[in-house]
Amino acid sequence: MWNTVYEWLDERLGLNDMYTNLLDRPEPRGNWWNTLGSASLFLFIMQGLTGIFLTVYYTPSPDHAYDSVQYIMEGVAFGWLIRGIHHWGATLMVLVVFIHMLRVFFTASFKYPRELTWLIGIGLLLMTLGMGFTGYLLPWNQRAFWATTVGTQIAGSVPFVGEFILKALRGGPDLSALTLQRFFSAHIWMLPALLAGLIGIHLFLIIKHGESHFPSKED
Amino acid sequence: MSGSNEISRRDFIKVTTGIVGGLIGVAVGLPTISYLIDPALQEGGKDVWVTIGKFEDMQVGIPYPFSFTRVQVNGWERTSSSFGGFAVRKSDDPKDLLILNSRCTHLACTVNWNEQAQGYLCPCHDAKFSIDGEVLDGPPPRPLDVYDQFRLTEDGQIEIFSKAG
Repeated sequence: MWNTVYEWLDERLGLNDMYTNLLDRPEPRGNWWNTLGSASLFLFIMQGLTGIFLTVYYTPSPDHAYDSVQYIMEGVAFGWLIRGIHHWGATLMVLVVFIHMLRVFFTASFKYPRELTWLIGIGLLLMTLGMGFTGYLLPWNQRAFWATTVGTQIAGSVPFVGEFILKALRGGPDLSALTLQRFFSAHIWMLPALLAGLIGIHLFLIIKHGESHFPSKED
Repeated sequence: MSGSNEISRRDFIKVTTGIVGGLIGVAVGLPTISYLIDPALQEGGKDVWVTIGKFEDMQVGIPYPFSFTRVQVNGWERTSSSFGGFAVRKSDDPKDLLILNSRCTHLACTVNWNEQAQGYLCPCHDAKFSIDGEVLDGPPPRPLDVYDQFRLTEDGQIEIFSKAG
């Protein structure tokens, strides 16, 4: 019964081919450092899921943001768990993505024909940092408020266009409801959509080129 | 390769990954379900006794108006709702009270006692209720609701039992 269903689906979707090409593809002899890309992907999915669940209660408005986070932490069953995973997962993701970049650099995996994978990876790292920066404001506590004040101030120190950048980031000269709202929008829509798209290309390139061999003495 | 009664290294890894992954999935998945449905499992406000006035202030045959406010906490927000009604005293016996809710049974406007009309009039759709809450005129589907649980305290106050909400 299930075999018939599976065969019917496989004939149309090519499930077996996908399995061989995606999960059973040949790999060079590697070590644990080679798993950091998968770890980053796992963390991205984890952050996505917990983030979606957090929006069930979180409200991005100066009136309610702080209270709604307090409510998640104290009022909702397992709210502390969902937010805890999202909070620590964020830190861990920055760390893992960064070490992943170091691994690629030290094993020279960014060379021909993988330059594009590397460049997109740089973009992914920067966007991960962007996710961290925008997410940091959302609890709307003192630390979040002043960290964002300082962070946007730094962006504003760029010569000539600094003031424009500062205003564009804050949605005005000061940190306000507009800032919270646009950081929220960037955090849950724009950056994740870009990240997901670029991760798709990143993975496509990895499967297309296969993973690089660990360089030997002759390389 | 290993003997036929032993599992291969590859299969062992597959099974172990499946089991550990499944356990982690359950350990995080079940709390997540609980997190999502939590508000549905919360009890509403508490049922309380509310003081509406002194028994001796209520005159026989004249509805005694009262009102009170109850605060409901929904998540991080407090909503206060107002309630009101009329205590209709029938005799000297404190048990012989009829306590009506002033919420019109049609569309929940507040009805008022009108001395001339000798009835409760609803400002929204001209409904009219008798002093005992019976529908005399207009669209309401049923008589005014009654607070049927009430008591007289030692210091002469009438208290009614207000249910959650």
